[in-house]
Amino acid sequence: MRPFLLALLAKEPAHGYELKQALEQTFGSAYPSPNIGQIYVTLGRLEKDGLVRAVDVEQSNRPNKKVYYLTAAGREALDDWVDEPTEGPRVRDEFFMKLVLAPMTGIADRMALINRQRRHYLSLMRDLNELAERTDPDNQVALLLIEGAMLHLQADLDWLERCQEDLS
Amino acid sequence: MDTPPVISTVNLVKIYQDGGVPVPAVRGVDLRVEPGEFIAIMGPSGSGKSTLVHMLGGLDTRTSGEIWLDGERADTLGESAWALLRRRKVGFVFQFFNLVANMTVADNVELPALLAGASPREARERREQLLGALGLADRAGAAPAQLAGGEQQRVALARALANRPRLLLADEPTGNLDSRNTRDVLKLLGQVHRDGQTIVLVTHDARVAGLADRVVSLLDGQIVDDGALPASRRRPRGGVGDVVELRG
Repeated sequence: MRPFLLALLAKEPAHGYELKQALEQTFGSAYPSPNIGQIYVTLGRLEKDGLVRAVDVEQSNRPNKKVYYLTAAGREALDDWVDEPTEGPRVRDEFFMKLVLAPMTGIADRMALINRQRRHYLSLMRDLNELAERTDPDNQVALLLIEGAMLHLQADLDWLERCQEDLS
Repeated sequence: MDTPPVISTVNLVKIYQDGGVPVPAVRGVDLRVEPGEFIAIMGPSGSGKSTLVHMLGGLDTRTSGEIWLDGERADTLGESAWALLRRRKVGFVFQFFNLVANMTVADNVELPALLAGASPREARERREQLLGALGLADRAGAAPAQLAGGEQQRVALARALANRPRLLLADEPTGNLDSRNTRDVLKLLGQVHRDGQTIVLVTHDARVAGLADRVVSLLDGQIVDDGALPASRRRPRGGVGDVVELRG
């Protein structure tokens, strides 16, 4: 969550609860809503690392609130995060390990593994279909995220097909 | 009496002759499809998917084995008897549309309903409903040649559903569609399936296959997997965050 909070603070200083709301408004249901405790813990760590600072703002009738703002080091960390290429999806995943190791040890048949995995991926796809159908058509961020997940699943399924062809 | 399966095949085989060399395309397929089921047939190209679905629709003859539709033997029928059976019971979406070139989109869609005995009014209402669902209401007066490939493919689907066939067969029905048009097709397929439509389709598209109750995987002309999709392990009403994990 660190870079997300840095990005939001680059826009304007904010207190913890405002950051939680901003995350929810930006991503909608596309990002699991963080609890306020997590946000304060993360802010505390960012402060310790010198990436953000907090100032106490007095409030009438209420306890002071801490407003966080980005430091120069924080700005630099944010720039680094934005500029560095983002890791692609994993290729050597756990299923791949099973596929390689299972026949060596005789614990499972490769074709059975591939078939089961295909059904599993398709049931995930069904979840995504249902999710897309009940997502607000105006929620562009959520729909793009769902579509990205669908394309990844499609690639996984195409790859399973290749495995089945070449290993049979 | 039990309702017979909509489709039942027994040891179905298709062997093409390629310059005197026999090329087996389908090698002993036993497939059973119950009323209301939605089956996706998947597999690499050359695995026999299209050949199988064409045989099920009587568009290609079998070399040996049996095909039963609705409890009636169909593989022994001649071409004209198959044509009659299709008119009554089967809607077929071809990979390359096969629309009638000198008829409007509206007439292409209404024709099968009229041939099956619907009144002109019923046929028109059904056509309006289907074209509307597929985002093609304003293309009703166009000729097929005036349409983009993705539009023609959706018209082909509307035509196949026009007479509310007992069985919908489709060969890659989203092969030419962008993601937005695919969404319309998925929605319509899901809707007619919920209304009880039996569907057997060949697809590479996992979004389409994800709608199915059961997936049949072919490899080298044989079924290597045939089973229901497992029930979701997730909460049925979760948000995107429950299905899609953002790493951060």
